[in-house]
Order: sequence, then C-alpha cells, then structure tokens
Amino acid sequence: MKFGILVNEGPYNHQASDSAYRFAKAAIDKGHEIYRVFFYYDGVLNATKHSEPPSDDRNVIKNWQKLAEDHKVDLVVCVAAGFRRGIVEDSLAPGFRISGLGQLIEAGIQADRMVTFGD
Amino acid sequence: MGEDMEEEYEGGIVKKFMFVNRKAPYGTIYALEVLEMVLISAAFDQDVHIAFLDDGIYQIKKGQDTKELGMKNFSPTYRALEGYDIEKLFVERESLEERGLTEDDLLVPVEVISRAEMGALMAGMDVVLTA
Repeated sequence: MKFGILVNEGPYNHQASDSAYRFAKAAIDKGHEIYRVFFYYDGVLNATKHSEPPSDDRNVIKNWQKLAEDHKVDLVVCVAAGFRRGIVEDSLAPGFRISGLGQLIEAGIQADRMVTFGD
Repeated sequence: MGEDMEEEYEGGIVKKFMFVNRKAPYGTIYALEVLEMVLISAAFDQDVHIAFLDDGIYQIKKGQDTKELGMKNFSPTYRALEGYDIEKLFVERESLEERGLTEDDLLVPVEVISRAEMGALMAGMDVVLTA
C-alpha cells in the first residue's frame, strides 16, 4: 500500500513525530511504500539541522534523515508554516525539502491512505 | 514537478477530502493553518468538505472581534470559500447545542447534522485531514 503521512507537531515537545517515524519505518519493513511525509504546523521544526538533543536521547531529526537516505522517502516541509517558524532552505537538515501545501493535497490524491500524526 | 502534477490532475483523480476543524479559532494556530490547507485544496479540483465540531464551530461564529487579542481576524475568509467552489460545510448539531449556539449564530451557510451523521459522512471520505 502507498501511504501519505502528515506530521502536525514538533519534535520532543510531542510524540507525534516519533510515532509517525515508527509507523513509516514499520510500513516500509512490511513492504509498503511511503509516498511522502509532509510536515505542517509545528511539525516543520522536525526539519531543523540545528537540533542537538542530549546524547542519551533519540535523535528525532536524524531518524527522519536516515529514513530518507535509506529508503528515498520524500520529506517535505510546508513553506508557509516553515517561514512563520524560522524554517527556511538554510535551516534544513539533509533529506528534507521545502515546498507548498499543494504537496500535501497531492499526497492525499496519490496515496492509498493518508495518515495524520498530531493532537 | 509542476508539469507532472498538471498531468496527473488532467488524469482526473477526484477524491473526497474532508478538513475537520475541532479547535477554537484563536489560542492556537490550528484553525488558521487548516484554512490555508482548505484554500490550497481548491486549486486541485477535489470534492472538498469542511466539518466543524467541538470548539471548531467558534471558527465560523458571527461577530468575531480580535482587536484586543492582537491577532488577525481571519473569519471573513470563510465567507470567501464560496468563491472557490467550496460549499460543503457541515456543522455538528450536538457541538452547537452544547455551546448554546444555533445556525443563526454562524456567518456562513452550513448543513447541520447529528454526531452520528457526521461519523457516517467521515467514514465515506477518501482523505480526512484534521487539526
């Protein structure tokens, strides 16, 4: 199955991003495809390259980055939501790209299932 | 990308989208950013539905004045949705009643349906996006 994923909350503050990551990884391990992960609202903060969590904690941003590297998952950050929150092209960790909300709607059209992670 | 997308939409996939509003208009940014999603969806010629329930119904309450909050009153945008051919607006009756509101308190024409009907409507959607 082809999944689209929407992440609505920022890293560490909320579990949504962790859950979305684990869902995506489990789906890929089972042979499914992740069409796109779209980061919206505070979810755009998952794309920052400036995050440095304590070394004994998981690294949420690096997890996503590795998923993109290993499985070519398309990680898209909403431009409007990002600009509001100081996430611009220069802030992005490798593996993420900035684009418009149209990418979310398009994922909804193309994916078999759209799954939202947030409150 | 732009070209690919155009081709796909000319391919004519039309899905039933529903945007679900559950939160009050101010206090958090969710309502405003859901509205931004709704507006973008209009460009994709999809079958768009908007649902208002819980405190989300305050988003379309008449007479919003945000001057003292220092925030932009974006409620007039809901009235502009008609111009984007987005006219399927649903409000949950129980949410209205729980807040002592009626259809007359709302600034756009809506269809008021019961909680059970709302559930059935959602179940029939292809894509449900919420915040």
